[in-house]
Amino acid sequence: MLLSNLLSGKNELAEEVWVALRECTPVVLGVVPFGITCGIMGLTAKMSGIETILMSVFVFAGASQFIGITMLGAGITGWGILMFTTLLVNLRHLIMGSSLAPYMVRLPFPLQAFLAFFLTDEAYALTISRIHKTGYSVPYQLTVSIVLYLVWVLSTVTGVVLGGYISDPLTWGLDFAMPATFLVLLIPLLADRISLIVFGIAAVVSVFAALYLPGKWYIIIACLIASLIGGLLEGDSEHAQ
Amino acid sequence: MRSEVLYIIIGMTLVTYFTRFGALALFRFTGVPIWLNRWLKYVPVAILTSLIIPLLLLPKGYLDISLHNHYLIAGIVAAFVAYKSRNIIVTLGLGMSVMFILKLL
Repeated sequence: MLLSNLLSGKNELAEEVWVALRECTPVVLGVVPFGITCGIMGLTAKMSGIETILMSVFVFAGASQFIGITMLGAGITGWGILMFTTLLVNLRHLIMGSSLAPYMVRLPFPLQAFLAFFLTDEAYALTISRIHKTGYSVPYQLTVSIVLYLVWVLSTVTGVVLGGYISDPLTWGLDFAMPATFLVLLIPLLADRISLIVFGIAAVVSVFAALYLPGKWYIIIACLIASLIGGLLEGDSEHAQ
Repeated sequence: MRSEVLYIIIGMTLVTYFTRFGALALFRFTGVPIWLNRWLKYVPVAILTSLIIPLLLLPKGYLDISLHNHYLIAGIVAAFVAYKSRNIIVTLGLGMSVMFILKLL
């Protein structure tokens, strides 16, 4: 009895890991060209191969790494300014962390601390869409996180090794894989009136903010404004009932 | 390995980790407050939208609503396919095909 319970538990776990692997494959394919580009950029910014790879191993944040490498390449090596820029670029992860907090605060502390290291845009998008479909799942988030991490590091290594041989893979249009997969995750969420309003506000604000504000501020501003209005509308409709 | 670059990598690691773990650490004992929970309900829609739409409308940093903007055309196709199929592989396959065909034209 106990053994069969254990076995069925194992099967469920394997099933969960398999679903996670299947669902994260397209997103992973979208990450590869960015990792390769990161490796190539490191070399063009006169960083050594080891320095570029270690940055991917420890920092594991695409946008911050691109900006950090560009600044280093431009001769900007002030520690404070690089940290400040990294903080601003990554502020959006505070919002993503808050959004997952209701599910993750129940987990053991070391597991929370471990999963938090891997909380990229991609891992967040996959985990939250899984929550909306069938509920929160630790094996799912863990699988997706580790696969994305390994692929990021390995594709950075590939970029460093191939270095001089290939041109920038982002000019091939492969970077379209990322918005395309995010679209599949977004559309099922647009199922009610408030979600559509939030979508409209986020779209308009993010485009204007991207035009007039530097860096990744457009994501933070648009997300804060649109989700706040969504929350207020939700509050109103609750009072009306 | 230059020590200057090493310090920068260590610093970026700590700052990035702070942004990813900060919210969890803060709400660990208190739980997430109700008003914040209501606000957070629409964060997934808001954040996915603000990640996607500027990538499609401003792929080169300026607003480009024209037939020359391959990202926009492929994005509209991908959105339609995503709506009909709800399938990542199909959406990605067709979206990327449109992208490649537009590049060849």
